[in-house]
Amino acid sequence: MTAARTMDLLRFATAGSVDDGKSTLIGRLLLDSKSIFEDQLEAIEHTSADKGYDYTDLALLTDGLRSEREQGITIDVAYRYFATPNRKFIIADTPGHVQYTRNMVTGASTADLGLVLVDARHGLTEQSRRHAVILSLLRVPHLVLAVNKMDLVDYDRETFQRIHEEFTSFATKLTIPDLTIIPISALKGDNVVTRSESMDWYEGPSLLHHLENVHVASDRDLVDTRFPVQYVVRPKSDSHHDYRGYAGRVAGGVLKPGDDVLVLPSGFTSTIEGIDLFETEVAEAYPPMSVTVRLADDLDVSRGDMICRPQNAPQPTQDIDAMVCWMTNAPLKARQKLAIKHTTRSGRALVKNVQYRLDVNTLHRDQDADELSLNEIGRVQLRTQVPLLADPYATNRTTGSFILMDEATGVTVGAGMINNVTD
Amino acid sequence: MPDTTATSPAPPAHADYRLSQLDELEAESLHIFREVAAEFEKPVLMFSGGKDSIVMMRLAEKAFYPAKIPFPVLQVDTGYDFPEVLETRDHWVNRLGVRLIVASVEQAIADGVVVDDGKTSRNRLQIGTLLNAIEEDGFTAAFGGGRRDEEKARAKERVYSHRDEFGQWDPKMQRPELWDLYNGRIRAGEHMRIFPLSNWTELDIWDYIGREGFQIPSIYYSHQRRVFERDGMLLTEHEANPLRKGEEVSERTVRFRTVGDLTLTGCVESTASTIDEIIAEVAIARVTERGATRGDDRFSEAAMEDRKREGYF
Repeated sequence: MTAARTMDLLRFATAGSVDDGKSTLIGRLLLDSKSIFEDQLEAIEHTSADKGYDYTDLALLTDGLRSEREQGITIDVAYRYFATPNRKFIIADTPGHVQYTRNMVTGASTADLGLVLVDARHGLTEQSRRHAVILSLLRVPHLVLAVNKMDLVDYDRETFQRIHEEFTSFATKLTIPDLTIIPISALKGDNVVTRSESMDWYEGPSLLHHLENVHVASDRDLVDTRFPVQYVVRPKSDSHHDYRGYAGRVAGGVLKPGDDVLVLPSGFTSTIEGIDLFETEVAEAYPPMSVTVRLADDLDVSRGDMICRPQNAPQPTQDIDAMVCWMTNAPLKARQKLAIKHTTRSGRALVKNVQYRLDVNTLHRDQDADELSLNEIGRVQLRTQVPLLADPYATNRTTGSFILMDEATGVTVGAGMINNVTD
Repeated sequence: MPDTTATSPAPPAHADYRLSQLDELEAESLHIFREVAAEFEKPVLMFSGGKDSIVMMRLAEKAFYPAKIPFPVLQVDTGYDFPEVLETRDHWVNRLGVRLIVASVEQAIADGVVVDDGKTSRNRLQIGTLLNAIEEDGFTAAFGGGRRDEEKARAKERVYSHRDEFGQWDPKMQRPELWDLYNGRIRAGEHMRIFPLSNWTELDIWDYIGREGFQIPSIYYSHQRRVFERDGMLLTEHEANPLRKGEEVSERTVRFRTVGDLTLTGCVESTASTIDEIIAEVAIARVTERGATRGDDRFSEAAMEDRKREGYF
């Protein structure tokens, strides 16, 4: 066994601009975990020198596209990878400005943890509040507030305490199951990888120690069995003549051979005969495993159906009430028709109305709003052509989310999180 | 040399419902393969014979088992492929019983699909050859083994990467990609490039090859080779690689970190002859695999971005 084989995976999202030291922090995590290679470092050292900088601009590492380098800004989600002996990390690095809200939403959608940075000199800003609001809306279960540039406030405990209290009080309005606040200096390395010697008043973990140890497996719903059927495996070969398996990714609960199951929308019941992972039969399957489920009875099950338990199944519904982040220039309006994809089901959706627009800086709800523009988030009611087998997003991020697409261009125009399911 | 029979590793068994990073990456990739097979009319798997595309074959095998892989495999033959690579390709294609389509750069030149002006690298000529093959057969989705850790233009590419009717990638028009809800809607003439290994790193690939124990081309392991040095890279002595003034051939102990066209792919000095030794070497490597051994990525800071825009893998 190599060490790498016992690692697990943590996906985290960061948002912010160059000024709050986000790039310096990511650069330091990559450098200190030896995830930046010499040729990459040399390339950005050259570019920094060509631009007349007297420092190496670590932001150049993440600004991958030419248009971004020309404008000196990050405009898209960049994925970065690093690993320590116990854990592999995937960073979804997104820009912090309000005009890139859709990128932040995208980065947060798959994150287990969100990292918000504030400058100790300035305290909480509109931008840091917005980041926390978006992470909360996307139900990212763990949030870290890194109070950066502590070196510039002489590692002052009072300053940190003030920001700590201000954020904790703001966070009561949000849904943040796990909040950790860490004073750091990304530039000097205080509390990034190792505990700072300049802040002996701080007794918590360093940022990296926290990232390495935060427990994420229990964040997934292991109670409510949800298995959206993705693909029907039928070999029709001599050796597997009668094989019929339902391939998919477990979205919730733990499936075991012998379990009684209910298949939606048909309502048929059966028993799990076996669960296959390639050539192996597994004793149980849980999120986010991709497996193939065999049932004891020969039923008509196809893509878009959902395997769940008789006493615990989502309510099929065509009326959806959701928070929607709008991602394209032409606004979302009532009576608009869109394509929708929810788990493995696709169909059409009609916008019934916009209930309110949410101000992501202040949490104010504008009830007079009747449309959503690019990067705006609001509560929307939809009517779908096919019933969705949905759960509230707060219960299950997989069966509670959907995307909206333009029927003519095919472009993804919106992302939705289901509030509650009514029949 | 590793054994040639692909064996199945032990299933994940975790009392605390945690998956290892390899199991989680595998689960994500299997989901992508199945999603494409379910939603696209005519997918194809681009297969180079390199380690990444062999991992792709393995994942495709697992995604549809015990059924066969429900799409063909496409290889772009530059005419200067390493024989060991072609051997591995044939081994995998025969074992899995998939249809192999070979799009030849030589043939594309003969047919006037691409123009060999003597200055353009084989790698660039592959682009036109590939696009022509996709268009001719009407493929709507083409799986590629690209990883986001390879190069910074790739760090921002989607798992489903949209290509217009000219086969081009527009980085400013990329579709947002949320949760694991992939948008596979295309219009006539357009196609999608699919990257199931997006979140894998070079080390993950090697760990996976080590865990699964399957065959990869022998040139990934340490061997003796007659090479010469050019631009800090070690290139293979070959009639297609004429020596320039001052270049001298010597025999060295080397291995390849990436496998492409032999006129452009350099090797590194190494004594790593097992997967574990390679993993140890990769873990302490100080230069990216492309920076070390790929002439095609060295021309400019945006070399990869430019080739991707034109329709490269």
